[in-house]
Amino acid sequence: MELTVNGAPRATASSPVTPLLTVLREEFNITGAKPGCEQGGCGACTVLVDGEPRRSCLLAIGMIGDAEITTVEGLGTPQELAPIQATFNDRYAAQCGYCTSGMLMAGQALLNRSESPVTRDQVLEALSGHVCRCTGYVKIVDAVIAASVGEFDNAETDERLTPQDNEPEVQIRGSAA
Amino acid sequence: MRSSYTETLEPASEAEAIDAFGDGEGVTVLAGGTILMPEVTYGRYPRGGRTLMLHRAGLSGIRGDGPVTIGAMTPLAEVAARGIEPLASAAAAVADAEIRNQATFGGNLCAPPGRESPRGDLQTPLLVMKATVRSAGAGGERTEPVEDYLAADESRLVLSVEVSPPDGAAYVTQRRPHSHSYSVISVAAATYDGVLRLAAGGVGSSAVRLRAVEAALADGQPAEKAAGRAAHETRPQDDALASAWYRREILPVLIARVLQQVEEAQSWN
Repeated sequence: MELTVNGAPRATASSPVTPLLTVLREEFNITGAKPGCEQGGCGACTVLVDGEPRRSCLLAIGMIGDAEITTVEGLGTPQELAPIQATFNDRYAAQCGYCTSGMLMAGQALLNRSESPVTRDQVLEALSGHVCRCTGYVKIVDAVIAASVGEFDNAETDERLTPQDNEPEVQIRGSAA
Repeated sequence: MRSSYTETLEPASEAEAIDAFGDGEGVTVLAGGTILMPEVTYGRYPRGGRTLMLHRAGLSGIRGDGPVTIGAMTPLAEVAARGIEPLASAAAAVADAEIRNQATFGGNLCAPPGRESPRGDLQTPLLVMKATVRSAGAGGERTEPVEDYLAADESRLVLSVEVSPPDGAAYVTQRRPHSHSYSVISVAAATYDGVLRLAAGGVGSSAVRLRAVEAALADGQPAEKAAGRAAHETRPQDDALASAWYRREILPVLIARVLQQVEEAQSWN
């Protein structure tokens, strides 16, 4: 079976009755979607399927067909963040970061289908199935609204993401696979 | 490759789905997957057998204006958007928007009691909406009132459900705040030509009509006293969501609330 993830075709040998989350992480080594509760209650594994936010832990790969799957890796790049990623960064909307990719995907789906700017109520409804255990909800909601009106500063974001001279260089080893 | 083996069947029409289901022996139906997929993740499914995947079987959609026919594979979001009360309110109260886009009407109706609690929040409104269930399985296709369907507790493939939009309706549900769980208790009411029908969910393994309460109200008993009759026709149990005691205490309160809502709705007409 073949799945289209972030624009690229990927072959899988898993049974059609396998959760998309398992295939993404364990076969494809695409680890942006996080396993949280693994029963649909937390939102950390949310990806877009043909632009619609879906729980990848609840989605059998046999149901996907040729629909386009987008994970957080397909949203932007470290060099060129998507607006919603930039506003999450600028507004400190991530703390531990575990819920962030799910929040970003649900937020992006809202931005895709809504007139700008989105209202607070729209954001609350769109993110209602997403749990942040650091409880940083206010900044997360602010960041989605800011992204909808293009209130982000690329220069400032770039500066924050660039290691400063006095920061020790940290090399991350190993892989998530 | 965590999943162990299951033969998957992907029928491309209703007729093929009925054929593939057969008498249901050894078949597990995968509709939206919101109940079955965690079982896969936890390694409890599959254990051999066949998995009947219905996403291509053409069982989704809502048709009709008088009596309305709802296909088994219709997502809950679509049922909520259609606005037929009290069903729409019940569908809109299930989980969150993303789950409602995936979970199906038929899957919710068929959901067996979970390990922790009763499931199938839509059973409650369907019981008061004169719903009839069209299903296939051993003995062929049949259509029967939803009450009979739930009581039979057989392995059958639900194809569609027909409901009659009532003149007046109300739905109340008691859920744990900030959680995603099934209703602790739900109560639905519908009126047809001035005749009231009531049902409750979360007070037994599946939802039940509250006939004794209906009869008491028809006899002119005040709502509070009539609601007390529900204790005789329900079997609340302890589970992870709430204790049987809590359910017994809260049920008459929700019945009174739903009666008040249906009365208010009628006074506006």
